[in-house]
Order: sequence, then C-alpha cells, then structure tokens
Amino acid sequence: MKLDAKIPDYPIQDIWDKHKFELKLVNPANKRKYNIIVVGTGLAGASAAASLAELGYNIKNFCIQDSPRRAHSIAAQGGINAAKNYPNDGDSIWRLFYDTVKGGDYRSREANVYRLAQVSNNIIDQCVAQGVPFAREYGGLLANRSFGGAQVSRTFYARGQTGQQLLLGAYSSLMRQVKLGKVKIFARREMLELVLVDGKARGIVVRNLVDGKIERYEADAVVLATGGYGNVYYLSTNAKNSNVTASWRCHKKGAAFANPCFTQIHPTCIPVSGDYQSKLTLMSESLRNDGRVWVPKKKGDTRRPSEIPEDERDYYLERKYPSFGNLVPRDVASRNAKYVCDEGRGVGETGLAVYLDFADAIKRLGRKAIEDKYGNLFEMYERITGDNPYETPMRIYPAVHYTMGGLWVDYNLMSTIPGLFVLGEANFSDHGANRLGASALMQGLADGYFIIPYTIGNYLTSEELPKIDTDHAAFSQAETEVDERVKKLLSIDGKKTVTEIHRELGKIMWDYVGMSRTKEGLEKALEEIPKLREEFWQNVKIPADANNLNKNLEFAGRVADFLELAELMARDALNREESCGGHFREEHQTEEGEAKRNDKEFSYVAAWEYTGDGKTPKLHKEPLEFKYVKLTQRSYK
Amino acid sequence: MDRISLTLKVWRQKGPSEPGRLVSYELKDISTHMSFLEMLDVLNEQLIHKGEEPVEFDNDCREGICGMCSLVINGLPHGPQKSTATCQLHMRKFRDGETITIEPFRAKGFPIIKDLVVDRSAFDRIIQAGGYVSMNAGGAPDANNIPIAKEIADEAMDAAACIGCGACVAACPNASASLFTAAKISQLALLPQGHPERKRRARAMVAQMDAEGFGDCSNHAECEAVCPKNISILHIARMKREYLRTIFTA
Repeated sequence: MKLDAKIPDYPIQDIWDKHKFELKLVNPANKRKYNIIVVGTGLAGASAAASLAELGYNIKNFCIQDSPRRAHSIAAQGGINAAKNYPNDGDSIWRLFYDTVKGGDYRSREANVYRLAQVSNNIIDQCVAQGVPFAREYGGLLANRSFGGAQVSRTFYARGQTGQQLLLGAYSSLMRQVKLGKVKIFARREMLELVLVDGKARGIVVRNLVDGKIERYEADAVVLATGGYGNVYYLSTNAKNSNVTASWRCHKKGAAFANPCFTQIHPTCIPVSGDYQSKLTLMSESLRNDGRVWVPKKKGDTRRPSEIPEDERDYYLERKYPSFGNLVPRDVASRNAKYVCDEGRGVGETGLAVYLDFADAIKRLGRKAIEDKYGNLFEMYERITGDNPYETPMRIYPAVHYTMGGLWVDYNLMSTIPGLFVLGEANFSDHGANRLGASALMQGLADGYFIIPYTIGNYLTSEELPKIDTDHAAFSQAETEVDERVKKLLSIDGKKTVTEIHRELGKIMWDYVGMSRTKEGLEKALEEIPKLREEFWQNVKIPADANNLNKNLEFAGRVADFLELAELMARDALNREESCGGHFREEHQTEEGEAKRNDKEFSYVAAWEYTGDGKTPKLHKEPLEFKYVKLTQRSYK
Repeated sequence: MDRISLTLKVWRQKGPSEPGRLVSYELKDISTHMSFLEMLDVLNEQLIHKGEEPVEFDNDCREGICGMCSLVINGLPHGPQKSTATCQLHMRKFRDGETITIEPFRAKGFPIIKDLVVDRSAFDRIIQAGGYVSMNAGGAPDANNIPIAKEIADEAMDAAACIGCGACVAACPNASASLFTAAKISQLALLPQGHPERKRRARAMVAQMDAEGFGDCSNHAECEAVCPKNISILHIARMKREYLRTIFTA
C-alpha cells in the first residue's frame, strides 16, 4: 500500500482552482452512461447523490433508516461555519483556514482545510437558495453567532436545529432527483460488503432489513458517506443505528483506516442517569456563548447551586483561559470538566457533572432573548431531566460525539481502493485531532456539493471500467461471505445479549481509550478487547431468524465490527506517543496540564492497513507539512 | 416514587399480511428517569433472555429530531406529554401499577411491516411531488442577496421544524397527511425562494397526498394537538389558500 495524497504543488490559495481545471471532465452526454452508488443519506451522502444526479450520473442511494431524511446529520444543533465575514469582524478564508488547522491541533492537511474554507461560502448560498430558513436579523439579512475555537462570529444557524434544516435542504434536492428518475433510493438496506473487480470498487452487497434478503448492486464507483463510529463507546451522542460496518468492511477489503484514535468528546451533554441509559443527549455548544461553566470551590459541596455564593464558585474556564473563557475548543473544555470532577468538585448525584449557568445572561439580556436563542434546547433539557434551566443551572458532562478518524482519502476524496470515495465524517480528512464546533456540517456539505462532483469525473474518465453485472463471481463471493456471517451469528445461541456485550465494550473504551489515555490503560484495553470479542462469538444470543425484520441481528453484526475497530483504536492511541487535540496521553502534557504535541516524531497521519484476521495491522505514515500555519503550542489563554 | 411496576399491552404482528393482537407483559422495577424507549429496551432484553422474539419498534436519534420513532401510547400518538416525541417521553409521566397500551401508527397510507414498525415512505413521495426548490448546486446567488424579514423567516422555520414522524396522520380521524404536507408547502410559500414554483408545488403535493390514500382535512385539529414540534394548523389554512390560488389565478 502506498499513500499518495495527490495534492498539486501550487501556492495554497491556487491549489483547488488549478486542480479543478486540470481534472478531466466527463462529456454531458456520457455522464448518463455511468452508475454511481452512494451509501448514506446524511449531509455528505444526500448532497453528493443529489449533486451527482444533477450532473447527469445515475445514482443508487442507500440508507439504513426508513427514509433518507432520518440520517443522523439531522440531529446537529448549533450551526455551520462559513467565512462570509458578514458581521465585519475580521473573518476571511485565511482565518477560517487558520482556526481550523489550529483547532485540529496541527494534525490535518493544510491543502484540504484551505479548500474547505474556500467552499464554505458557497454552501451558505446553496442552502439559502434551497429555502433553508436560517436565522435572520430584523433588517432581513442573515444572523451569525460565535462558536468555540474562534474569535469571530461566523456560524450560521436555524434555531437549535441547523443540522435538520440543512439535511432537509439536501434531502429536498435528492427527492427532486428521485422524481426526475436520476436517483433511486434504497431505504432500510444495510451495506455489508464492498465488491471489488480488478482491484476497483464496483459494487456493494446489502441486506434488505425488511425481508432479510441479500441484494447485489453494481456501479462504476462507490461513494461511502456512512458517518462516524462513536457508538463503539456504546454511550455516545450518535443515533442508535450509527455504526462503523460499511467503513470497516471497506477497511478489510483494502481501504486504509486513518487516525482511528482521534475521537471528540463533546463537553456539553446531559449526564448519565442510570445503567439503563441507551444514549447521551448533546446540548449545543452554542450554549457556551451565554452560559457560564462552574463548579463549587469546595470538594463535596452538596448545597443547591442557588445556595452557593458567588465567591465560593470556581468559573474554571474563565479563570484558566481568560481570552477564550467559556469558548475554548471542545477538547480543552471536556478535559477540564474531567479534572474538576476527578478532584471531587463535580455536582449532581453522581458527581460526574458541572454547572452551565444562564443566570447572568438572563439578567443581562432578559429571559425573552435567551428563549429566542435557545428555547428548544432548554425545553429538551427539561423534558429529559425534569429541571428548568431558566431557574437552575444545567448540569452537563462530556460525552463521545464525533470521530475525526476515518477511512484515509487523498485530495480527491478517494480511499486506497480505486473507485471507493469517502465523504463526511466517514473520512479522516479535515479536522485533524479535534473538530471545531459547526465544522462538521460544513465539511459534509463541502464534500457532497462542491468536491466530489469535480473529482469523481476525473476518475471515471481516467480508468478502464468494463461493463459488469451482478452475476460476476466477485458478487457471488461477497454474498457468500455475508450469508455465512449471518448464519454464524444466528447459530451461536449463547447467554448474553448484544446490548450487554456492547455495554461492556463501551466501558473498556471509555475507561482506557477515552478522554485521557495512558500506556498501561491502552495495553490493558488491548488485552480486554480480544477477550470480549471471543466471548461475543461464543456467547451472544440473537433471537428469531434472518428472513425478517430483526434489529438484534443488525446490531449483532455492527457490534462484531466495533469489537474489531476498538482494538485498532487502542493500538493507534498507544502508537501515538504524544498528546494532540482529543487524543490526550497523560504521559505527554505541559506543566500546565495541556496537550503536548511531539511534532518531530508524530506530525503524520497514521493510516492502518488490514493484514488479515488476527494479524497485526500495518502502519503507514503520511507526513504532514505545514507551510502556511506556524506550528505552535495551542494556546487559548 | 423512583421505581414503578407496569403492565404493557403491546401490538404484536409478525408481518404485513399476518393478523396482529395485543400481548400483555409485566414489567417491574422501572426507574422513572428512564425514557419510554429505554423501558421498551428493558422489556426486549428480558424477552431475549427468555428466548422470545423482542418487540420491533422504529427509533434512531432518541433526541426527538429524526422522526423515526412513532407508537400510539394509550391512544395518543407519541403519548401523553405535549410537544414530545416518544423517544423523549420519560417514565416519570406514568404511575406505579399503570397499564400502558402500545400500538403502531395506524393509517391506510402507513402499512404495518412488523409489530410497531410501519412503512412511512408515502411521505417521501409527497416531498418528491414538489417539496423543493428546483435549483442545482453551483448557481446560487450570494446568500444575503434577498433580504427576508425576520418574522417571515421565523414563521417559515416554524413550519420547517416538521420531523416527518407521521403522528398527525395517526391522530386524524380522516388519516389525513395535511399537516405534514402543509408544513412544507407553507415553508416554501413564505420564502421568496419558493415563489416561482408555488402553484405547481401545491397542486402536485396535494394530489400525491390523495394518491397515497390519506384523507382530507376537516378541521379536527387532532394533528396539531399531538405534533411533537407544535406545527400549527394555520399552515393547513395557508396550504388551502395556495391550492385555491392554483385554481383561480392564471
């Protein structure tokens, strides 16, 4: 395996424009001769499927939910960044680029991030034209708010439902193409195998989740937009169906997996309330614009928050980071919440929570203004906890939210398998070791609307892609593999449920591959995970059969893949002997307890090659060069 | 009380053409901090351990936004708490010893797949009929080119908040999809971007709603009462105006 990022050698501001010119085009009349499979219908998948169909390609688009509109992008709350500089506060493409590289703790590719900042403005234009009802000022122009890791206001939003509105925009364009006959939607289908012919991605094998039938689909290229793998921790802010299976199947077929240990733990989530907990709910980071984070100064202080006087409170983010205050990046905010709770100053029944207090903001701006900005988030908090955040501070704690790692892609978003393109959270490309708030929506839509439509054509015209059909031996073999796996799962008939094993895996991952990692802990995880995997394959119990809607069977297949991915994550975290962004190794910290990078030895993308079941994966390094952003110790003081 | 015991009566149906029936289950020691779906998770774990088939129900985000969860709980789509989808309903809304009946959303347009899972693809086809602005990626003018009054943008957002769950259909005596269809028509009728196609859109979407077997609106307002996102029936009034416009104006 050879990693070639294929970044053209031009000044950074010219790379994308010149590259677009150099990419070969497909004649409009020829586009309709190509079939493309898009897996996933979130922001990246839906925008890619719609945009490619608009160009004339024939698209087959797959999703595991009952409708493309359900994809988990829909749950993104806070907003989407763009370098429009509408507020006249000093923003620019350069600044968005700089903030994103710095926010990612210098572990992303400069060229990719610059391109992301360049197309960010087109995304806002596109979405407004689709009828996305972004928040507006009284004069009728678009409103912006600020987000963590930036000192300008560049975040566009639609109340606390920005992801929903952007996804419904992409979904509407997708539905238009379905009506025009250019896209065919395959809902309630789960991709279980990638099919390679002559070493190129030429199709997929899926399970129809309603009748259990295994189906085959061919194409000239496959686009994967299947999201992140945060559910490896069992508890995360991901939707219940979010999983790594499609990516993992591709990894096992030859796609390198990059930086798997880069996980984002989001600082503002509703704390765990009991062992029945099935998922965690995020409270948008935008709340940190007006909410102040604090804990009592005294350990074990069980007084109600209203009884704790001002001078006995520790607004620890404002104290430690006076210039960014409550708006430090996510990794910094999360780690500091962990520290104060580890010190015994956490609040609530479990002691694993900190306060997010709106009393000052309500005093300053009035309840109405706070209601306008965050009304739906406050209601959601009250529904889940039974507490009213207008009257008592919210209790929050970090939770797994996003995975910066993913399948390795080159500048054209193609993986190490020719013809397999990977978009959105499923790839590793733009966020380095930490993603800034409101940048996931930006990246998903950038990839789908404005990058893949250019780069995929170049692949299609440059390669020999003889016509194949689904009777090809490669499809039969892939189908047999899928079939045998399902049969094997059903034949185990052990004692533990899929959820029980998944919870155990989650605990191992949270304890040893979570917010703070050590060599000993990671080595322990590398012992525990294979043991649990073995137990799974001998002792899992899956009810009913395969010829029917059977969600436990679906989940069993996903947990089996998580059990393999988990080991790779621990291995990657162990290999990376430095702290950067969301990856914090306790052995590597500054005197002040901040992440201490080791640029000399670890300024690279760690791309892992699968070498066979039970074999140690092979590490490939893509060196990262920084020509435009000076590497410094990240400081938000 | 922190822990409660419940009797569940759950609709079990093996497949689309099989007969269904309510089956009773006893649940003990349910924490009132659990969500309703976590309570069903507990039931399913118990069923699996007993070697029985778990109850199938649709769900995904579990934070009230994806619209995948459904369920008619004690006769009410999404259950007793106002403005709340089933996945955000918590057990503190139920009493110790209570019997809870759980059924699927029922409508001709939503055929049952299994147990509590129904097919809501009719909603996708209603959107396909015209719930979009016909524009391709790449040609959009600057986002601030057309100012939109805040009040108008806010009202459009009220409509756009629809999560497409289908509770409106399940609650309506006519099984009408008017609230769902109107929310999209209204959003795009309010915004200037939607104006060029407003007539064609209203005609096509209403026709598709009829074709899918959903009834018409006769102002019962049950839809508004159960909508987890508080979509107002004023949007249905706007849809009717939009529809009339297609008939009476050139």
